[in-house]
Amino acid sequence: MSTPENSAQGQSIDAQSLRHASGPYFGAYGGRWMPESLMAAMDELNETFEAAKKDPEFIAEVKDLNKNYSGRPSLLTEAKRFSEQYCGGVRIFLKREDLNHTGSHKINNVLGQALLAKRMGKTRIIAETGAGQHGVASATAAALMGLECVVYMGAEDTRRQALNVARMRLLGATVIPVTVGSQTLKDAINEALRDWVANVENTHYLLGTAAGGAPFPAMVRYFHEVIGDEAREQILAQTGRLPDAVTACIGGGSNAIGIFHGFLDDPSVEIYGFEAGGDGVDTDRHAATITLGRPGVLHGAKSYLMQDEDGQTVESHSISAGLDYPGVGPEHAYLSDIGRVSYEPVTDTEAMDAFKALCRTEGILPAIESAHALAGTIRLAQRKVAEGVVPEETIIIANLSGRGDKDVGTAAAWFNMIDEQDAEAEINAANSQNSGAQNSGSQNSEEK
Amino acid sequence: MTRVMSAAKIAAARAEGRPALIGYLPAGFPDVPTSIDAAVALAENGVDIIEIGIPYSDPVMDGQVIQEATVHALANGFKVSQIFDIVRGITERTDVAVMVMTYWNPVLRLGVDEFSRRFAEAGGAGLITPDLVPDEATEWIEASTKYDLERVFLIAPSSTEARVQRTVDASSGFVYCVSLMGVTGARSSVSSAAQAVVEAAHKAGAENACVGLGVSRREHVEQIGAYADGVIVGTALVAALRDGGVAAVGELAAQLSGRA
Repeated sequence: MSTPENSAQGQSIDAQSLRHASGPYFGAYGGRWMPESLMAAMDELNETFEAAKKDPEFIAEVKDLNKNYSGRPSLLTEAKRFSEQYCGGVRIFLKREDLNHTGSHKINNVLGQALLAKRMGKTRIIAETGAGQHGVASATAAALMGLECVVYMGAEDTRRQALNVARMRLLGATVIPVTVGSQTLKDAINEALRDWVANVENTHYLLGTAAGGAPFPAMVRYFHEVIGDEAREQILAQTGRLPDAVTACIGGGSNAIGIFHGFLDDPSVEIYGFEAGGDGVDTDRHAATITLGRPGVLHGAKSYLMQDEDGQTVESHSISAGLDYPGVGPEHAYLSDIGRVSYEPVTDTEAMDAFKALCRTEGILPAIESAHALAGTIRLAQRKVAEGVVPEETIIIANLSGRGDKDVGTAAAWFNMIDEQDAEAEINAANSQNSGAQNSGSQNSEEK
Repeated sequence: MTRVMSAAKIAAARAEGRPALIGYLPAGFPDVPTSIDAAVALAENGVDIIEIGIPYSDPVMDGQVIQEATVHALANGFKVSQIFDIVRGITERTDVAVMVMTYWNPVLRLGVDEFSRRFAEAGGAGLITPDLVPDEATEWIEASTKYDLERVFLIAPSSTEARVQRTVDASSGFVYCVSLMGVTGARSSVSSAAQAVVEAAHKAGAENACVGLGVSRREHVEQIGAYADGVIVGTALVAALRDGGVAAVGELAAQLSGRA
């Protein structure tokens, strides 16, 4: 294994290093399981990305945007009251991706990919979105860089996240509700791929997670590595040592791979990914892909996949739209197989309890996605305490991947915090937003 | 049982001075027995090669008509193992070559070798694989060699010369030339890009280059037949089956083949 010193430089990569796995394969996973029509575009993207990584001008551009546009570095905040009340005194540090411009880690990836799109001379970007965070981030990057932006979003998700639909439209993006299949994230990706096949000449598909065909998994990770690099530096500065564990939530797995990257080559650091357990992994309503899925191919990569005995993708379920995806990035499948990262499910109920806990102890409203990481962190801390660690000498970093403003409606309904009269008003408002969304959606499809 | 291969049917059509006609229908649409009857109707009305699609939950290369048909088949309870019954049902009643078009995950899930063995036993000629490129096909190339199945990979207007070469080299039976950048669906005219794709395939050494996507009328068949070895019709047939049943499929096939 690399020592912390040399792996931090990212130069002296030894054979055992996991940090910089470049793809296209991660063990038996990854690759490019997609139509020939897209191969030329994937090759072009790969060449552009490889050249950009070596171009000081590109690296400087990304750094400048991260600092002066997104507000990086994001803080590393110690959550003392959360630690005392829920984690048995184990020290918890939150990596505050919620403080980034647009409210989540997603901005890191979209700025990088939008720059690549411009380098390739593309004038239009398309994106899929589940919770709406990636769609909002894509619309933001497009506005900043003068690109046309079309976002595909499951019709079911446009209802769950009506506010984010409005945000995207305000930013000038066209939002197309997807009404085929399960009407969630996976179907939004299918529609985006269909659009890309037809418009690949002027269009870049700005995939929002560390999944898809090569080079997407390694490229999306590259733009999110800043999370782990910062967190590692910050924890060393604040505590003088590496953490005992690092945690993150996993849907496709982009925020997780970003923070994990910083610690993969530190064998003393345990790493945990928390998947959406929905109603529970003993039910059929969950999105615990690594826990219960089997290897297969979906959306361009071989990885774990929720599928039936016929290889048909099974619909996933989670209270969190951003984790409601039946696949997972191939690097996570590999890290699970080799035992470097442990993946565990967290139910809707556990996540919502942790959501409320963080609100009440720290005054931080987390995204429901990130609340899965918090719930897993509570479980992990309590397990460690039960195993007899000295709590105040134990450190866990949890990646707070996004803020929960978009989830206020869902959370308020979950905790019965909406008065009946208000609820009626809210439903009416949501209905009128929905019919608006559907109307403009059908117009858009006709334009296609 | 001797299996009828697509290469033989294309050669036979060529000997008659015409392009081979290839017709696509989804398995289990509207139900399994009707999908067999509809395929037989194609064979009786001048179609040389039948392409049966396996309904799949995430068909990224298909447009709305085929998506709706395959969603319907899945909702009706279609199971992948029924594809072998369907192929056998068609090969027993016709002398056409029967290909299966499938996204790759259902094959992977059953097992590439297992799928290939059972498919060959049912009389199938080969697989058309819209989301499997030769780069990822090591296991399929091995199984198809073992069971003597044809491997039909796709090339597109965007394919580079090197990729065309690689795809042609890995293919057998024919090469599927995608006529345009887009998903399946009937179009009023056939993209002018199609001829260039066919020429690239021939230049790379492909004996049989067939054109699909957007083909729906007899005039398209004639236009494409002037430069390609086969013409593939899908969406128009699926729409005919949906709207007019087996009889309508037979009528459209007769028109496409110039018999009506």
